[in-house]
Amino acid sequence: MSTPGTEHRAEALRPHAEDAFAHELKALAAADDRPRPTRWKLSPWAVATYLLGGTLDDGTVITPKYVGPRRIVEVAVTTLATDRALLLLGVPGTAKTWVSEHLAAAVSGDSTLLVQGTAGTPEEAIRYGWNYARLLAHGPSREALVPSPVMRAMADGMTARVEELTRIPADVQDTLITVLSEKTLPIPELGQEVQAVRGFNLIATANDRDRGVNELSSALRRRFNTVVLPLPATADAEVDIVARRVDQMGRALDLPAVPEGLEEIRRVVTVFRELRDGVTGDGRTKVKSPSGTLSTAEAISVVTGGLALAAHFGDGVLRPSDVAAGILGAVVRDPAADRVVWQEYLEAVVRERDGWKDFYRACREVTA
Amino acid sequence: MNPRSPQTGGPLLLGVRHHGPGSARAVRAALDEARPTAVLIEGPPEGDALLPLAADPQMRPPVALLAHAADDPGRAAFWPLAGFSPEWAAIRWAQARDVPVRFIDLPAAHSLAVKDDQEEQADSVRIDPLAVLAESAGYDDPERWWEDVVEHRDAVREDPLAAFEALGEAMGALREAYGCGGNPRDLVREAYMRQRMRAARREFGDTYAVVCGAWHVPALRAPATAAADKALLTGLPKIKVETTWVPWTHRRLARAGGYGAGITSPGWYAHLFTARDRPVERWLTKVAGLLREEDRQVSSAHVIEAVRLAQTLAAVRGRPVPGLTETLEAVRAVMCDGSDMPLALIQDRLVVGDVLGEVPDAAPVVPLQRDLTRRQRSLRLKAEAQDRELELDLRKDTDAAKSLLLHRLQLLGIDWGTPTASRGSTGTFRETWRLRWEPELSVRVAEAGIWGTTVLGAATARAEALAADAAELGEVTALAERCLLAGLAEALPAVLRALADRAALDTDVARLAKALPALARSLRYGDVRGTDAQALATVAAGLAERICVALPPACAAGLDADGAAELRGHVDAVHGAIALLADADEGLRERWAAVLRTLAGRDTVPGLIRGRAARLLLDDGRLPPEETARLMGLALSPAATPADAAGWIEGFAGGSAGGGTLLVHDERLLGLIDTWLVSVPAGAFVDVLPLLRRTFGAYEPGVKRALGELVRRPPAARQRGAGPGRAPEGFGPELNPVRADAVADVVRMLLAGAAGAAAA
Repeated sequence: MSTPGTEHRAEALRPHAEDAFAHELKALAAADDRPRPTRWKLSPWAVATYLLGGTLDDGTVITPKYVGPRRIVEVAVTTLATDRALLLLGVPGTAKTWVSEHLAAAVSGDSTLLVQGTAGTPEEAIRYGWNYARLLAHGPSREALVPSPVMRAMADGMTARVEELTRIPADVQDTLITVLSEKTLPIPELGQEVQAVRGFNLIATANDRDRGVNELSSALRRRFNTVVLPLPATADAEVDIVARRVDQMGRALDLPAVPEGLEEIRRVVTVFRELRDGVTGDGRTKVKSPSGTLSTAEAISVVTGGLALAAHFGDGVLRPSDVAAGILGAVVRDPAADRVVWQEYLEAVVRERDGWKDFYRACREVTA
Repeated sequence: MNPRSPQTGGPLLLGVRHHGPGSARAVRAALDEARPTAVLIEGPPEGDALLPLAADPQMRPPVALLAHAADDPGRAAFWPLAGFSPEWAAIRWAQARDVPVRFIDLPAAHSLAVKDDQEEQADSVRIDPLAVLAESAGYDDPERWWEDVVEHRDAVREDPLAAFEALGEAMGALREAYGCGGNPRDLVREAYMRQRMRAARREFGDTYAVVCGAWHVPALRAPATAAADKALLTGLPKIKVETTWVPWTHRRLARAGGYGAGITSPGWYAHLFTARDRPVERWLTKVAGLLREEDRQVSSAHVIEAVRLAQTLAAVRGRPVPGLTETLEAVRAVMCDGSDMPLALIQDRLVVGDVLGEVPDAAPVVPLQRDLTRRQRSLRLKAEAQDRELELDLRKDTDAAKSLLLHRLQLLGIDWGTPTASRGSTGTFRETWRLRWEPELSVRVAEAGIWGTTVLGAATARAEALAADAAELGEVTALAERCLLAGLAEALPAVLRALADRAALDTDVARLAKALPALARSLRYGDVRGTDAQALATVAAGLAERICVALPPACAAGLDADGAAELRGHVDAVHGAIALLADADEGLRERWAAVLRTLAGRDTVPGLIRGRAARLLLDDGRLPPEETARLMGLALSPAATPADAAGWIEGFAGGSAGGGTLLVHDERLLGLIDTWLVSVPAGAFVDVLPLLRRTFGAYEPGVKRALGELVRRPPAARQRGAGPGRAPEGFGPELNPVRADAVADVVRMLLAGAAGAAAA
């Protein structure tokens, strides 16, 4: 894309998926001999491999982008191949956006055709707007029209992305119905339309935990195949995800590598899982759940924050005291109720546990 | 190599996957092609006599061939057959053409003679040969592999025998690698099968067909001598065996352990076998129909999209046509909004299915009936058509055994006896039953035959199934109670697990509170009957803890009058139950008292419940009189609404016995009520009047009169009489030693008598 600022791409804080993993995409495209749907950069099999990881015949290692059930990725990729739109549902931090970005990067080679859904997203963000200077000077014309990412994706046969679909007001959401069912976007001002060409599809993400969201109308919902992204099934899988992402982010933020962090990561994940599930890992003791979601994404940010503390102010080793404050902040969202929950958990579970003494002390220190 | 083995001129060997619809189709096609003069099937030869029943129009699979030891119905084996089982297809094919059918497996007389535990162990290490082949081909589901590589190959359709040839070769390789697959008994069985095949050759020549597990094909083709086989078969233990057909269900086919066939998706297999064409489209239409019945909006467009997604998904995965996994994933993404909940319904109703088989009336008596008859004889309980009352004293062994039998039969839906209220004694060791044997109960016994071969085994299996199916917590607690009554120790763990699960998920404290008394009662029965109820006590204590946590918020959450009345009933019931439980756990009693204290002292709790909590605490001696008076004063102070205050009075002094007596004896409390009543404004008085009437109207006449007397006196006189240390009206200021001594003997006798009764 020739958007302004592209020249700084190399220094971007967070490069796009198609740039960060360009070598993997290239290797996959070279090795991929299966049939590709029109305008797809890769075959569905190669897209699934790109997300789930693997080793190609030429020895190129594809890193896993999504750690989770294989069937979820397969259903998602297959949906895109059947010209039905894809709706990724899940609680915060289940990698919805991450999956959607990588899907778009692998399918169309471009993950930037993005509409960010907010309560203030206008219809123009999904259809088109006008360059008013031109409109006034020359009257309505295609030149005066500012296409939305969705419109550009339709015209070029690319994958468009809509983030947080349920935050968009209901009437604006419904603009998508024509796009998804008729595959066309009328421009009544010009008596024209933009018809989607083969290869166009749309990935939307939505949060199914949030209250006060705008439920999808059944007409719109019918146009989507829905895939629910689950929380990691096991503690080991979650530790793996956190460790992997922390490592990537640590490198992006130039944090010094911290070698012995795995123990603390496991501890953070254990605390998060136990509080989230309302039961200790051994399944023996019930604990109360706080109001926050305690998603994997929050665990990642707690550990990253702890790493930064350890690197800049500590002795370079991730210690319980570095993550304690972060955990407290993530758990105690409601100052009254959650604090009780957290203290109960500290006293009933953490204090009794072997090898958690330092952690218990560190938590007591920040909680008091 | 042709399966007919032209070089040896041998018989047609059709190796199948048991309960595989693909195998069933292939067997049918192969039989049509080869037209054998006789069909031999892997199964106990004792079943030969029952084979004609398979052609009976009343016979509807799934059914099972049941063989059991004549003198011990508990020792039994089942050979389940579904409509899509290849063995069933072969039987029906032969019967439709008047071709003789024989079972050729090792007789049940031998296999049942072997100890059960050995049998089970052998089964656990046994390998599924098709699963091994499927796994080496990269498949996780053996049936899928079979479908993909056998059924969907055009060559197979043109030459039905080729599939069996290929499979036979593969099995030959497997047998070379694995030998007997960790199951030495297979060698004996195969020797017997070969013997039977030799007999068949003498009778029919080489034009017969054998339908057996694919695993056995290489062994049956092996050139073993008759003498060697005979040597293997001599000296096998033998017992007398009886056989019959019993109806079976898809659910039991799906059960992995016990007598289940371990087929996880019988409904799907049946669909594959019966669908004329377009199995995926028809299946998804069925799913849509089910979802519509459950009021989900599913249109034809949904079905179309699901079919497309399933097909594309199969293509992405490199499979020739969509299978169960692909269709279910398509259903989840397209019809269920990605949710697992409706999928569980589909799994239960369609993938497994509710199909129940039928067996003709001519089938021999089921062993359950035999077991029942035996027990009736040993307990001297005759099955009589007229009503008979039966008094049981559970401390006697025979009576306890009778009670167990009747309770077990009740669990099985065989209502021979119905429990009635005991006359005279209310002790837990007494039971009264009304017995009446209706003719249709025999039918019920036959139906219950699918649960097991003995009354105990069947009742256990049924209780476990009921626990798994129960939707509400109350059902499971009732079931736990019945399990204890029926002495089903083996079913109890499953029931208690279901109970704990339901309780953990249930957020409605009313339901939890309803469940607890039954549990506490069960514990008491457990004591009387000597059953080990430790596990039950743990579950009950857990339930009580949950109630302690959840009750205060539930009571504070804006209840209306009806809700408050309902909860007050629960508070009473839980209080009684906790008194029973607390013997085991003193801490529980303390926690419950703390809950009551919270309830009594919290303003947002309705007056009715606050009053009740205060009263319960007072009765337990946990609330000093001063504190009681303070609470009542608060509840009846002018700031409280009259309706709420009247509710408090009803909760405190109404309902259970003794409320009036309390007021008679504690004049301070009566005074508080009196003062409050006088201060109620005229307008509100009409509103609270029904409440007060309900409270005071229930008192006994004597109490009412005494209260009336007290209230009639002027306040000053009352003031004098109230308070500790001062004698109430009509009593002297000091103890009168002479009169006290006179009653002392009577009191001592009463107390000693009570102690004596308790000791007895």
